[in-house]
Amino acid sequence: MIAVIDYGAGNLRSVTNAIAALGYEPKVTSSPADVLAAEVVILPGVGAAGDTMQSLKKQGLADAICRSIADNRPFLGICIGLQVLFTGTEEGGWHECLNVIPGRVRKLPPGLKIPHMGWNQVRQKTSHPVFEGIPDGADFYFVHSYCAEPDDKTVVLGETDYGITFCSAIARGNLVATQFHPEKSGELGLKMYDNFIKHALA
Amino acid sequence: MLTKRIIPCLDVKGGRVVKGTSFVQLRDAGDPVELASFYYKEGADELVFLDITATPDGRDTMVDVVERISQKVFMPLTVGGGLRTIDDMRRMLKAGADKVSINSAAVLKPAIIREGADKFGSQCIVVAIDAKRKTNGKHPQWEVFISSGQKPTGIDAVEWAKRAVELGAGEILLTSMDADGHRAGYDIELTRAISESVSVPVIASGGAGSIEDLYQALVSGKADAVLAASIFHYGIHSIHETKEYLAEKGIPVRM
Repeated sequence: MIAVIDYGAGNLRSVTNAIAALGYEPKVTSSPADVLAAEVVILPGVGAAGDTMQSLKKQGLADAICRSIADNRPFLGICIGLQVLFTGTEEGGWHECLNVIPGRVRKLPPGLKIPHMGWNQVRQKTSHPVFEGIPDGADFYFVHSYCAEPDDKTVVLGETDYGITFCSAIARGNLVATQFHPEKSGELGLKMYDNFIKHALA
Repeated sequence: MLTKRIIPCLDVKGGRVVKGTSFVQLRDAGDPVELASFYYKEGADELVFLDITATPDGRDTMVDVVERISQKVFMPLTVGGGLRTIDDMRRMLKAGADKVSINSAAVLKPAIIREGADKFGSQCIVVAIDAKRKTNGKHPQWEVFISSGQKPTGIDAVEWAKRAVELGAGEILLTSMDADGHRAGYDIELTRAISESVSVPVIASGGAGSIEDLYQALVSGKADAVLAASIFHYGIHSIHETKEYLAEKGIPVRM
């Protein structure tokens, strides 16, 4: 089962459309049992990280996600789904997050238009199965005002420049998370989903 | 480096694209799904759909159109036109739109911007502004019009843009009513005035007649994105040649 977590806020349609276009049948779920049983867990997200955390906790999903990741089961986080993996976020005051990846989420520095909205390049910091067939420096679609700073730089999978150089993708074991939206990033974005799912189910 | 976005705009009425197009490649140039797929393959960065049907039936049709497009097109989609309530916005977002654009409703009831941003996130809320030049000279001013440009509001466009952003707009879609339809270039002064006044991205709209016009809006107008309809629909320029031209002149674009 490919579980796409529905915590009530995010618009999941584009994520499930992308997965369905690749020939898979995603299951949209808000059940912790499904998360624990799934072969692949996908956590999409739009909105604010603090609200997302609250919803995940309230529905028992936070624990299920942490256990699934601790078991090194394939997990893909997108946008807010990346941010909530960190220790905490500064968005709307300090909010504790899942603390799966030590580090914090901070506001993008002032001086440029915020949100960082549009297509920007992702530099691949390590060779990873999700990047198979995707050129280094390819453009992906971003829309966010906060970015993550992992304490351990070895988890950095991709970097992007916007005023600063920030971490735009992370990987650790079978966990991958992106600040950009592969489901909105054209054929290369679909390729990334395909790579992730293929590798996860292999 | 963040690239500048090139955004074709489709006007949809009763589920059909109006202001027809002349692409010989398309079986049915009036089908919004087919046209959206065409622009997707051509390398457009985003698509904007304006529903110019004003009836409830038309709105249902638009929801269906958005659903079908979002199954085939994996890039950002903005839907606007006649959205009045939070519920209208929710339906479009649920159907697969990434952003909703609100115009008259935002002017008549600014609180809807805040409410929409709180519910769906600022990144979903585009405030569309139709502005008409009021005074020229050293300190030109523009007035906001609503109801498809029919009604003057007495509101200053720059002030309104700032207020909309304070209330939670994540992007401004700015149309010059003076330039719109003339294909003689965007209102560069208006575009720059708004872009320099707000912290969020600004999409320039109205008046594109050539690729040079797009270039000017991005450079002199300081726009973050350019929206155009007829130069793309009538096949005057393809998205690809537009981007090649801009790239040669040093504008960061996604190829």
